[in-house]
Amino acid sequence: MTTDRIKMILAGLPTHIVLIGLCLIWLIPTIGLFVTSLRPFQDINQSGWWTALAPRKAVGQDVYEKYLAPYYGLDGKAVEGVDLFDPELIGQFRRSIELTVFLREQMEEGKVQLEEMPDPQEMSDLLTYLRQLSGAENAASRLRFTLNNYIDAVMGYRGRANYTTACAEGEQALDLNCNISDLMNPRGMGRAFINSLLVAIPCTILPILFAAFAGYAFSWLHFPGRMGLFALLVGLQIVPLQMTLIPISRAYAQLGLNGTFLGIWLFHTGFGLPYAIYLMRNFIGSLPREIFESAYLDGMSHWTVFYKLALPLSVPALASLAIFQFLWIWNDLLVALVFLGGQRPVLTYQIGNMVSSLGAGWHLLTAAAFVSMALPMIVFFSLQRFFVRGMLAGAVKG
Amino acid sequence: MSDTQVPEIMKQGKIAPWLYVAPALLIMTAFIVYPGINTFLLSFKNADGTLSAAAACVQGEPCWGILENFRYALTAPIMLNAFRNNLLWGVLMVGGTVGLGLLIAVLADRVKYEALAKAIIFMPMAISFVGAGIIWKFVYAYGTGQVQIGLLNAIVIKLGGDPISWLSEPAFNNFALILVGVWMWTGFCMTILSASLKSVPTEIIEAARVDGATEWRVFWKVMVPIIMPTIAVVVTTMVINVLKIFDIVYVMTGGNYGTEVIANRMYGEMYISHQSGRSAAIAVILILLTIPFMVWNVRRFRAQEAIR
Amino acid sequence: MASVKYEHVTKRWGSVVGVNDLSIDIADKEFIVYVGPSGCGKSTALRLLAGLESITEGKIYIDDRVVNDVKPKDRDIAMVFQSYALYPHMSVYENMAFGLRQRKTSKSEIDRRVREAANILGIEQLLDRKPGQLSGGQRQRVAIGRAIVREPNVFLMDEPLSNLDAKLRVQARAEISKLHQRLETTFIYVTHDQVEAMTMGTRIMVIKNGIRQQIDTPQNLYEYPVNLFVAGFIGSPAMNFMDAKLVERGDKVAVDCRDFILDVPEGKAAVYRRHLGEDVILGIRPEDTHDAEYCPAGINKSLVEVRVDVTELLGREVVVHLTSENIEFQGIFDPRTKARVGNTMAVAFNMDSTHIFDKQTELAIR
Repeated sequence: MTTDRIKMILAGLPTHIVLIGLCLIWLIPTIGLFVTSLRPFQDINQSGWWTALAPRKAVGQDVYEKYLAPYYGLDGKAVEGVDLFDPELIGQFRRSIELTVFLREQMEEGKVQLEEMPDPQEMSDLLTYLRQLSGAENAASRLRFTLNNYIDAVMGYRGRANYTTACAEGEQALDLNCNISDLMNPRGMGRAFINSLLVAIPCTILPILFAAFAGYAFSWLHFPGRMGLFALLVGLQIVPLQMTLIPISRAYAQLGLNGTFLGIWLFHTGFGLPYAIYLMRNFIGSLPREIFESAYLDGMSHWTVFYKLALPLSVPALASLAIFQFLWIWNDLLVALVFLGGQRPVLTYQIGNMVSSLGAGWHLLTAAAFVSMALPMIVFFSLQRFFVRGMLAGAVKG
Repeated sequence: MSDTQVPEIMKQGKIAPWLYVAPALLIMTAFIVYPGINTFLLSFKNADGTLSAAAACVQGEPCWGILENFRYALTAPIMLNAFRNNLLWGVLMVGGTVGLGLLIAVLADRVKYEALAKAIIFMPMAISFVGAGIIWKFVYAYGTGQVQIGLLNAIVIKLGGDPISWLSEPAFNNFALILVGVWMWTGFCMTILSASLKSVPTEIIEAARVDGATEWRVFWKVMVPIIMPTIAVVVTTMVINVLKIFDIVYVMTGGNYGTEVIANRMYGEMYISHQSGRSAAIAVILILLTIPFMVWNVRRFRAQEAIR
Repeated sequence: MASVKYEHVTKRWGSVVGVNDLSIDIADKEFIVYVGPSGCGKSTALRLLAGLESITEGKIYIDDRVVNDVKPKDRDIAMVFQSYALYPHMSVYENMAFGLRQRKTSKSEIDRRVREAANILGIEQLLDRKPGQLSGGQRQRVAIGRAIVREPNVFLMDEPLSNLDAKLRVQARAEISKLHQRLETTFIYVTHDQVEAMTMGTRIMVIKNGIRQQIDTPQNLYEYPVNLFVAGFIGSPAMNFMDAKLVERGDKVAVDCRDFILDVPEGKAAVYRRHLGEDVILGIRPEDTHDAEYCPAGINKSLVEVRVDVTELLGREVVVHLTSENIEFQGIFDPRTKARVGNTMAVAFNMDSTHIFDKQTELAIR
């Protein structure tokens, strides 16, 4: 390697450092979310996600020393007939409540006089500690990563354990049936995912279809006031979405459309149209005029020209538009909040609800967020090309 | 957007063209034109839209009569706070997204992993504000007297500081929210600016280099002026986005702790306080604020397209 | 199998005139070329016939039938477009079959015609490809094939070769001419390239600003241009023009070009004598301007002394840019010429092939 070459590489170094640094800043929050969503919930609140691969800290030792060591001794054998470090004994306690019951019995039998019982969290830590020390369970062997959070989020399980365990022990909440029907639990992300699809797919197809019709007419059919009307429709882009919510939700209340899919389909269609028409007209209008002339010379009707030529030739624009519209609908919270609310919860609504109800811990939130992000990410990374193209074509969309 | 000359052969029928336009026309009238006008009228009415806004006036307190809702929207302390915050958002988020977007566009242009770098920066555009809200809430997570599982507080502690409740501390929370906005929208600015930078003819850049200009000068004196129209479009687009910013605030703080913004206030007035008149007035103010940027934006975009 | 007639046809869009009072008679099986600079109305004239534009005034006949109000598809015409207008999402076969399907032609008949056309054009192996996978020349053939399968009475071609490179264009020119002989159909061909026009057309219409300038055989167009525009448009390099005056020198009529005076041969003198003293423009083609040393025998030549400015050797000939005091012109010389830049040399004009135009009307004086 010559010195020139080294100099060149050094000259480029700041660029690489800044760029890679920025990319890391952009990536790390998402990675953090993803890693967290895969960790057992017991771990999430005990250590930062970046320690996920580091050796686990022993938990519960302080609790043991505070409450139990004075009676049972540091070796767990100080009380006659009870060996807290016996794996067979500890192995009986599958959940911390059983340990609590055991300790209560011990107190009633007068073997120990605890001044206060450890709180549930401490009790849970205590059991973890005992299991580990006795060798009943090797915490180090507990999987560092699990899909339980996803299962819980999808099924709508919000208890202290996890869906699989709860169902196995028959301790599930009332709204769970522990079978495939739980996928449709209104509190779960599974149901919300399906609702999101039910909203996003028609809301993507309808405006694009209507926009293609209109775009074709505005480009290749002649009627009075064509350009004026086009400018007017496209100009409607400036009306902010928020401005139309109030009257529409009132009208919907009268028509009984609040909380129905039809209502949100129509709303999103109306709101997606100005931009879609703008894009479609510009695209269809830029198709070579001679192709249309040739078709008309061949005796095709305007309708045949539309569906045999204009539509197939517009596939690139349709794809860009479809991706844009799909992601916009999928990610929308405001419209779903106003028109569907909790009656037909979509993903964004469900997560928003989880955040504000505070009933869900990080393990559920992170998994839920990732469920909602999975599809857009797949769409985005596989069809990035169209996405970027659509964005460049419509940089003025407000 | 020039008027394509429709070939005469395609003047087929008088009704047919209208059939193509009709579905779009009907739906847009019902869902944009009608509610737009309705909201405008509603902004002069009281809470449930039955009486004039003046009915809400209280004896002995300032009242703007039929414009009472606008008095509220323009003078209520919480609204003033929202306006201030939107202004802060405007300055920091627009500056941040456009500045970083330009920086990344320029840097990425010089490396082999350009596509990957751009995809990473652009990725937040694909996810929802809600998802982003969770991602960042986790970064900002704050726990009292326990292990800090939020990345930011962990760093603060490593640096010897005390953990901070980023989202409820008025000194920090607006900045914390704006950072999320920047994270989400920089990819948008980067993509458009990058495309624009790439369209600068290499001959011009090479000519400048041959003239002996340094890279720094080439960038500021040649590239930036050439892409200025695009920068202007990106800036105005971002200003419009900032004016409408809602989801981030709604998800992360709900507008509490002094993080209120206009659009969230509008939602709150309608669906929490059930003050539809006030909400409509805020909507009208929002559109009035948006229109000049939008019009200017469209004009610039057209002009720029024409030059191409 | 059809004649075409334009009768005082005018096309206006508002105040813009596309074609102005155009009348042409096109006989059956003719290969007629509309030629002119861009924007001259030649394409409009063709599109009026195709039915792509409506006629403002006048009538167009195909085989004695007025077609003004006949729909394009019922005019029994086929058109090849400049950009070929192939449907990008259909295969070559589908492209060719498409028009026939619209006409409800039977499947077997469509197949027969498509294969036959493909055979004629040598594109059988391309039938399953999409236009995007074809080269420019192949696309052009498909476009022609699409017209052939229609078996029209009149073939319309709007600059079909202008998207090809020079070499392919020469080849395609010959192929289209052959096709015309084979199909024995009326061809109407629009181009801005006078070489195409001269090599392909049985007759050529030169058009400018929507007005017909001259319609004639290539030979006549070349030898007897009716006006200054046609004279300058046909032929390459273009005809040399010099401001001049008709004068009498002795008993002969001569052209006074200021720098030199050229005698007019006896045969033409009688006509020019009537215009003595008038301001005229003398036109002489570069190919009629010779190096005096290598001048062909048996022509009426006039010798002048001029300076050589630039020489361009093209192989079998040399294009020489010449100047005298007030005049610049070009000659095509024998490659043996001793013309060297800066030298002065004797040049011979072939006076049998000069053209004289009235300076005011720009019409040829004959």
